Amino acid sequence: MEQSEQPGEEAQSVYAQGEGFVFDPARAAKGMGRHGHGGWLGLNYHAHGEGWFELELPWREELAGLADGGVLASGPIISLMDNATSMSVWTRTGRFVPHATLDLRVDYMRAAVPGRTVIGRGECYKLTRTIAFIRGIAYDEDPSDPVAHVIGTFMATHGTYL
Amino acid sequence: MNTSALPPYAQALGIAIDHDEDGNPVLFVDFSERMMGRPGFLHGGAMSGLMEMAAVAALRAELDRRGEAMQIKPVNIQVEFMRGGTEQRTFAMGKVTRAGRRVALVNAECWQDDPAKPIALAQMKFLLSPAV
Repeated sequence: MEQSEQPGEEAQSVYAQGEGFVFDPARAAKGMGRHGHGGWLGLNYHAHGEGWFELELPWREELAGLADGGVLASGPIISLMDNATSMSVWTRTGRFVPHATLDLRVDYMRAAVPGRTVIGRGECYKLTRTIAFIRGIAYDEDPSDPVAHVIGTFMATHGTYL
Repeated sequence: MNTSALPPYAQALGIAIDHDEDGNPVLFVDFSERMMGRPGFLHGGAMSGLMEMAAVAALRAELDRRGEAMQIKPVNIQVEFMRGGTEQRTFAMGKVTRAGRRVALVNAECWQDDPAKPIALAQMKFLLSPAV
């Protein structure tokens, strides 16, 4: 692992602060959706708590993954979940730890309904010194009827989580 | 297959077809602000999106060769990130590992300057059904 693929604008501000500074979700979320890939997608802060974080992805027609129907492509959902789960790790550590996504798996329960904003809820359920285990759901109206389930891991690239 | 046949997401992100390799379309996208994650590096989701488009294109090409008009529906995707992507052109190609009558499994790789050093891998599963 050479470099972090991680994430959009929220990371710009956190990376600028350097390793180990106190993670402030509200501040980190403030600039989200302005720059980079997250900005292009229009990712926005939705909510957070200890060990979890929610972002929203506004629907737009040009993000459709197949020629007809307007169902979102996987790419935007993965980006949404990559960012939301990444942020959830830092809400658990309480400080910024540079890390990289190792893997991410997305299972589609159903197609996201065209026109609806998708909310990505990321949760960090276990930390070791170097690995953060995350899971999450993407939903468009009702969290009990998710569009997708996500599971994956991050690795601390400089320093440790614990 | 040409670039105009790619889905809206691919067009919007600026993904295009470079050439075909053994019948599999090789897709590429140039680096730009909209591809960026951490400053100076590709966003993992953008890489994943490129690989997804490559996987779909490879599957479409295979179904076309068979003369089958099928609807495809993604079941899941697993992505492995192996290297950070830098500010340069990024390529991806999908390969159909198995396409039966109802399920297709497609692998995709993503690379930059050297195809022998992929930066990410993806595996996608699709449900197939006769087009209506």
